[in-house]
Amino acid sequence: MNKELLVYLIVACVKILLVFGVVQFMIVSMIWLERKIMAHMQVRLGPMRVGPHGLLQPIADGIKLLFKEDIIPQKASKLLFVLAPMMTVVPALITFAVIPFGDKVKIFGYNIDLVITDINVGFLYVFAVSSLGIYGIVMAGWASNNKYSLLGGIRSSAQMISYELTLGLSLIGVVMLTESLSLVDVVNGQAKLWNIVLQPIGFFIYCASAFAEVNRCPFDLPEAESELVAGYHTEYSSMKFATFFMAEYANMITVSAIAVTFFLGGWHGPFLPPVVWFMLKLSACLFFFIWVRSTYPRLRYDQLMNFGWKFLLPLSLFNILLTGLIMILKG
Amino acid sequence: MEAYLFYIVATIAVVTGVYLIFEKNPVFSALFLIQTMVCIAVLYILLEAQFIAAVQIIVYAGAIMVLFLFVIMLLNLNIKEEAKNALPFQRIPAVVMGIVLFAAICMIIKSKLLQGKHGEYTTAYVNSVGNTKLIGNLLFTDYLLPFEITSILLFVAAIGAIMLAKRKL
Repeated sequence: MNKELLVYLIVACVKILLVFGVVQFMIVSMIWLERKIMAHMQVRLGPMRVGPHGLLQPIADGIKLLFKEDIIPQKASKLLFVLAPMMTVVPALITFAVIPFGDKVKIFGYNIDLVITDINVGFLYVFAVSSLGIYGIVMAGWASNNKYSLLGGIRSSAQMISYELTLGLSLIGVVMLTESLSLVDVVNGQAKLWNIVLQPIGFFIYCASAFAEVNRCPFDLPEAESELVAGYHTEYSSMKFATFFMAEYANMITVSAIAVTFFLGGWHGPFLPPVVWFMLKLSACLFFFIWVRSTYPRLRYDQLMNFGWKFLLPLSLFNILLTGLIMILKG
Repeated sequence: MEAYLFYIVATIAVVTGVYLIFEKNPVFSALFLIQTMVCIAVLYILLEAQFIAAVQIIVYAGAIMVLFLFVIMLLNLNIKEEAKNALPFQRIPAVVMGIVLFAAICMIIKSKLLQGKHGEYTTAYVNSVGNTKLIGNLLFTDYLLPFEITSILLFVAAIGAIMLAKRKL
């Protein structure tokens, strides 16, 4: 094995482990942050008992869930029941392979791109992977052999199909401006001006569909407690239940990272190092998720579908048309 | 390396394809079909057709199969009911025709029909321009008419489906 290949392999492995570790850490800290921020917005204190200001609460939760009994319903389809949580968490994590989180750095004389891999169809890769994320939820709903789970699973698949369309179309405007599907090119194209200035409609559509895509409030219909108990994960307990929650947070981090990459200038920013800028923007997006959750009530199911198909979809098509028109007029 | 990958992925694709046919439960059949689709996408990547691989997953595995699963789950098909053979006379002709089809495929693969001459788009050229750009250029210049006709066909099909589903509009 020659030296170049060896270095390449080591660098790739280190990058993968690093990104994976950081995302895992963010998931854990998001659980604490969400409870704390929501509590303070509702004039409560939130978790206070475990550690200073409840800082160790996620660890306590984790230990509790680990030691709980792992129940599989008797009439459930065992294989799919076990497979479903994994199927939700894996697509959420592997999207990070194409997201650039910093500029080139030079370590020991080697130029290292701060992105796991830069593929020329990065944009399509993101959507290919995120479209596979539905299966975990659908499988969980079906395999549980429970009416509420099944309804939750069906609801969420309908919702995700509807909003995936607008999610993809909202980013087409950015792709048209960049003239490339590679995420590294998208970030490089925003060195002077962020895309949010050029694509305000696109950003609005992306936000709305991202909330629906990750099943977050105000679009968290699949787990509407008052109608469906807990939706697709009603029958899940112990670590499998925790895995679904990890997947939800991982999905939130993924869509936030895509928003940062496509609209908020990626790692570009003055004074601070690029990686810090990327993390700051990512944190701001995640805070926005929590903020919205503690502000808005849940929509009704027909409102959700009407909003997606009759408002967001035509608006995103109009946005593409407008972008094309302006690009032609400007030459 | 690529050859090994091809054999592994191709084996998985064929095995899941066989399971898709012999599986009694329609939900499992659909899941096996998804696996076959993903394997085919990997084969496209091995052929250096990244764009088609991504579209294969987005369209087939991501959109169409979700709708399949959705419908199967909504109908909640009962496994016992469909165990009866609805067409008993079909079995023998089906086997015969299957053997004929298999022989025909083998003959075509063996003959020189599939080995056309090499076109202007070599792998090196495609990689230098970029997969997506090349396909886009061809679709909107040389193949614009077929492309537009396909989109109109799909549009008509969508309207037809809506008309059938909603009789009173």
